[in-house]
Amino acid sequence: MTDDKDVLRDVWFGRIPTCFTLYQDEITEREAEPYYLLLPRVSYLTLVTDKVKKHFQKVMRQEDISEIWFEYEGTPLKWHYPIGLLFDLLAASSALPWNIIVHFKSFPEKDLLHCPSKDAIEAHFMSCIKEADALKHKSQVINEMQKKDHKQLWMGLQNDRFDQFWAINRKLMEYPAEENGFRYIPFRIYQMTTERPFIQKLFRPVAADGQLQTLGDLLREVCPSAVAPEDGGKKNQVMIHGIEPMLETPLQWLSEHLSYPDNFLHISIIPQPTD
Amino acid sequence: MPTSVLWAVDLFGRVYTLSTAGQYWELCKDAQLEFKRVSAATQCCWGIACDNQVYLYMCASDVSIRCREEAYENQRWNPMGGFCEKLLPSDRWPWSDVSGLQHRPLDGVALPSPHWEWESDWYVDENFGGEPTEKGGWTYAIDFPATYTRDKKWNSCVRRRKWIRYRRYKSRDAWAKIPSKDDLKDLPDPFSDLSVGGWEITEEPVGRLSVWAVSLQGKVWYREDVSHPNPEGSSWSLVDTPGEAVQISCGPHDLLWVTLWEGQALVREGINRNNPKGSSWSVVEPPGSENGIMHVSAGVSVVWAVTKDRKVWFRRGVNSHNPCGTSWIEMVGEMTMVNVGLNDQVWGISSEERAVYFRQGVTPSELSGKTWKAIVAGRESDRSHSGSSSSLLSAGCFFGDEVKGGSESAPSDTDAASESERPGPERSAPEEPLDNSRDPKGSSAVGPETGGTAECASETFCPDAGGREAAQASVGSERPLPASTAAELPWTNIDLKEPRKAPSHSATGFAETMGLSSLGLFPLGLDEPYAADDHPLWAWVSGGGCAVEAGSVLKWFSVQSGLSPSVQTLSLSISPAQTAAWRKQIFQQLTERTKRELENFRHYEQAVEQSVWVKTGSLQWWCDWKPHKWVDVRVALEQFTGHDGARDSILFIYYVVHEEKKYFHVFLNEVTALVPVLNEAKHSFALYTPERTRQRWPVRLAATTEQDMNDWLALLSLSCCESRKIRGRPSPQSIWSVTCKGDIFVSEPSPDLEAQDHLLPCDQMFWRQMGGHLRVVEANSRGVVWGIGYDHTAWVYTGGYGGGCVQGLASSTSNIYTQSDVKSICIYENQRWNPVTGYTSRGLPTDRYMWSDATGLQECTKASTKPPSLQWTWVSDWYVDFSVPGGTDQEGWQYASDFPASYHGYKTMKDFVRRRCWARKCKLVTNGPWLEVAPIALGDVSIIPESPEGPDSDDRGHNIALWAVSDKGDVLCRLGVSELNPVGSSWLHIGTDQPFASVSIGACYQVWAVARDGSAFYRGSVSPSQPAGDCWYHIPSPPKQRLMQVSVGQTSVYALDENGNLWYRGGVTPSYPQGSSWEHVSNNVRRVSVGPLDQVWVIANKVQGTHGLSRGTVCRRTGVQPREPKGQGWDYGIGGGWDHISVRANATRASRSMSQEQKAHGPVSC
Repeated sequence: MTDDKDVLRDVWFGRIPTCFTLYQDEITEREAEPYYLLLPRVSYLTLVTDKVKKHFQKVMRQEDISEIWFEYEGTPLKWHYPIGLLFDLLAASSALPWNIIVHFKSFPEKDLLHCPSKDAIEAHFMSCIKEADALKHKSQVINEMQKKDHKQLWMGLQNDRFDQFWAINRKLMEYPAEENGFRYIPFRIYQMTTERPFIQKLFRPVAADGQLQTLGDLLREVCPSAVAPEDGGKKNQVMIHGIEPMLETPLQWLSEHLSYPDNFLHISIIPQPTD
Repeated sequence: MPTSVLWAVDLFGRVYTLSTAGQYWELCKDAQLEFKRVSAATQCCWGIACDNQVYLYMCASDVSIRCREEAYENQRWNPMGGFCEKLLPSDRWPWSDVSGLQHRPLDGVALPSPHWEWESDWYVDENFGGEPTEKGGWTYAIDFPATYTRDKKWNSCVRRRKWIRYRRYKSRDAWAKIPSKDDLKDLPDPFSDLSVGGWEITEEPVGRLSVWAVSLQGKVWYREDVSHPNPEGSSWSLVDTPGEAVQISCGPHDLLWVTLWEGQALVREGINRNNPKGSSWSVVEPPGSENGIMHVSAGVSVVWAVTKDRKVWFRRGVNSHNPCGTSWIEMVGEMTMVNVGLNDQVWGISSEERAVYFRQGVTPSELSGKTWKAIVAGRESDRSHSGSSSSLLSAGCFFGDEVKGGSESAPSDTDAASESERPGPERSAPEEPLDNSRDPKGSSAVGPETGGTAECASETFCPDAGGREAAQASVGSERPLPASTAAELPWTNIDLKEPRKAPSHSATGFAETMGLSSLGLFPLGLDEPYAADDHPLWAWVSGGGCAVEAGSVLKWFSVQSGLSPSVQTLSLSISPAQTAAWRKQIFQQLTERTKRELENFRHYEQAVEQSVWVKTGSLQWWCDWKPHKWVDVRVALEQFTGHDGARDSILFIYYVVHEEKKYFHVFLNEVTALVPVLNEAKHSFALYTPERTRQRWPVRLAATTEQDMNDWLALLSLSCCESRKIRGRPSPQSIWSVTCKGDIFVSEPSPDLEAQDHLLPCDQMFWRQMGGHLRVVEANSRGVVWGIGYDHTAWVYTGGYGGGCVQGLASSTSNIYTQSDVKSICIYENQRWNPVTGYTSRGLPTDRYMWSDATGLQECTKASTKPPSLQWTWVSDWYVDFSVPGGTDQEGWQYASDFPASYHGYKTMKDFVRRRCWARKCKLVTNGPWLEVAPIALGDVSIIPESPEGPDSDDRGHNIALWAVSDKGDVLCRLGVSELNPVGSSWLHIGTDQPFASVSIGACYQVWAVARDGSAFYRGSVSPSQPAGDCWYHIPSPPKQRLMQVSVGQTSVYALDENGNLWYRGGVTPSYPQGSSWEHVSNNVRRVSVGPLDQVWVIANKVQGTHGLSRGTVCRRTGVQPREPKGQGWDYGIGGGWDHISVRANATRASRSMSQEQKAHGPVSC
């Protein structure tokens, strides 16, 4: 029998094969070879692309280099979204490897946040974790932790150390035995079709009658268009970590097992591929 | 947490039970009778039926209540006919009791009541003090009365033999009428109230129950001799009271409160072990002079009362030493009655809607609890309304009358009490119509009118549902407190504030259902009694058998729909959640995703390079050299990942000696065990390697907090498991062991562990900890594992792993459950006799401490003795332990000529010292992969050893033999145990003539057992088709030794005696499985386990290593071969506090050929 613990490993060790290509208009001293890399789904673009940066900087003049940014099929990639989410949202149905264009010029100020250093990623990551724990435990768990525990969470993500990360993260996934789950489920629902970046609301894992809420319950409540498209014909995929969990899946279980390291369930609603 | 039940009686006299695991009231199995009152204990329930007779309901159990009848046949020798029945005129009766004074012919021994049946016919006892007698069972003496011997001598003039017959209590799961024939003249009037309790005054095996009753005339009666073996008791005896009693309540321990007609309470003083009836009464005045006490209920250290104005009161300061308590505190709510159950939990029946309420938040530190919460569980019958409604209706009419009639004649009845005080002064207006509407609900005459009032009543009475002002007004109007209670105001206020909200919680739920019923019913024009039936109206509740603990989750408070309540039974089959389609889909899709996204791209570079990870911290280390002490150290755990993904780690320990920095290191792939060592002072753990095991000197490290220690332990054990690639559930062949702290360890056997040559030294075995707390764990190779806790609770292994202090990734998410255990801590009070004052606590200067441990070397006072570690909490007060070996006098003293000596339970002229044992129970709550097997507590368990290549190895459903001995000494055989259902279905009780201590079943169904008197027994004809066998064969124990434990492997039979000697049973052959003699193998043994390969493993008492001595060490017998089953020597493994081992699951043979050889040459072939 497969164990739930294996799900955590599978989620953590999810990788997206990626091909980085330098943007055609970038000025180079010699031809830039594409660069191939396995990106961890749970990490952040700017956290794991030092190698990419070095690779392309070699062929460029120093004065042409400013802040690196990435783009896929014309869409600038937000570094503060987990890689897996970006892929699911934008490229789930495209062929692998994932073709990302690397830019060093004309930073799209209105679309992207600057990422001056790793500290910015850490700050963003920790604020997500804190927000998630505020929803789950009224911040009690995260506030009881020591500074070094916080550091261990971050270092675990940065160094891709599953054990290191989960040694601490498991405490964030616990809940009192007398409850049937967290206070609220930290989730964000993303749709490419809408202007809003994402939907985030308060939603409890257990209904008033004691029944466990499911993924379907959540979607029907906060994003009804995802499950029952108004124009009839177009169906949507509900994707987390590149898989489509059944709508009957209990939300609490999903939150415990399919959350990203920032402790949020990042759910992508994407149109069903037409083929 | 075993399930237990709450008992209740509705207004129609029907008795219902509500399980702590259930969500429906279930009608009592024997529903023929209607009852007025019930009073429950864990195993039984007493009740007063509407025929005013007392009935007893014994819950069914797999272990029968059996009682031995004995008679002696006496004979005298005469020269003519040898031994014959002709006795001298001065002699005793030819058939007599043991004293010879009473005539006792076999056919004159009658069953005491119709609720008993004979188990078998009379037979002769051939066991004489642990030794078998000659056939016929005669014992000889010179004359009556004298000392009897087994052997006939030249001067044996008389002989006698004992005849035995067992009777069995048969009225289980049924109301048995308590015969009242003896009491006719003493019992002029029927009983109106009754209460059972007092089971904590005496411990097993006495198991006495106090049953108290009040008659209509106001007299108090005590039922004599009620105990587990005699559930009905013998007769009623009158206990004089200073006033006319109306109601009585007996707590589980020594509290007994009675309410008087005049409104005071009587409290019984002087109840104790030797005097369960108590000695005198004290009077407790009611909280206010105008409203007397109507109802009381006593717990272990609480008393709750209801006064005539339906107010609820809590008595402060009640305990054994001060049974009267100090003062009354008013609580919120209006009740007709309250009942205190186990753990001082409280239930009540509200005076208005007649619902059962549970007091939430009652804990040992907050005995008054927090809020009342309504139990809205429906009745099972409600869910299957059909043709039965008409019969219910008529029953309703009948009983409606009955209750009313009874209340007129019996003023003690609660309904009557309410009736009688109706003319009383201060009744607020809106209550009046409600009372009227409710009371006659039983009679169908009222019709829709009642509905109308009920509806309006529900508005006024559940005001929080409607509006807050109304609530304030109504509560306010009812609260002009009498001056006398003003003193208690701070308390009352606290309690007052909350309940305004709290009942709103429950009341809203109730109001909704009320609304529904009125909406649903009246348009349909259904009769009123039917409506009443829809929402049970309760008359009485009893929680004396209902164990609710803080933190237990009850499903009583929400109306559940759809699910069947009977699916509460413990099941170890895979839970639905795990087989759910959504879960499968996630597993499957993740696998597909990995394949899709990774398979063709493995040659890509990883974005993040694996690096060495170091965790550092500060710990303390018990240094290896003298003087041994804790020194501060820095530790660092370095983890590397090899290219193959394998993980390896090194633990560095940096210390400073003579201002010089030094370090040593441990490779985690060499660590063989990590053992938490919790005591009150330190959070420490021991780390063993093979070398450290040989030295008997583990690395001991301590952390400042328990959390810190657990983090390190979790990390280190995960690293150990990773470096050995051990993950998930232990294999079915695993070897299990338990330390003296109750920690459970499991080891995967390698194939060369039982090899003939090149065998793996057992100090190299890796032991992984499992969550939970046990004293005994036994396994077999099918993966069936059972454990027994210190409190004798039986547990079955769920297939999970981790739990306890093994948290996080090393623990499975499912199959981990809460587990608790209780053990007693004992200290001794020692006294010396002197000619002036007798025994005093003034000893000689050379004497031991006057309060000490068992050895006398350590001072242990009541105040200074703490629970063993911070995980344990006290759950009782100190009490005298009367069950110590050797017996005690009435006050628990044991006498001896001097310390230290052997003690006896009576005083002689030569006894200058005495001692008594004080015990205090403490409890631990942890979790682990274990589920309780309720309700029978066990002393020993044994599962048949099987080889995995057995004939039925594909048949996961085939039955696995499992034998056990209950804590009372009953021998039990578990039915229905299989690989798929390791918990089995039920117990089969195997009759014995005396209590047993140990049992073991061998691979060929040889069942051996050891009785408490130290003799061994072999059970004949046990087979898969006859799982219980046919009869016991008495096997004498080794000379002058009392056996303690037995273990049977494939063919070998080993036994252990009280002095640590290990014995091998010689001469065992297929035709003579009992064998011929005991052969001594070794001393210094504490526990033995013989496995399916006839391998012999023991726990040795003491083993000396190069650095230190360890007590309780795992050892394997070396050189055990088919032709030399006794082996040659010992191989020493992990040790230092090990208490138990089971190798009975390990059937891993080194090679196939050898196993065949073994089969061919074994003395017994299957």
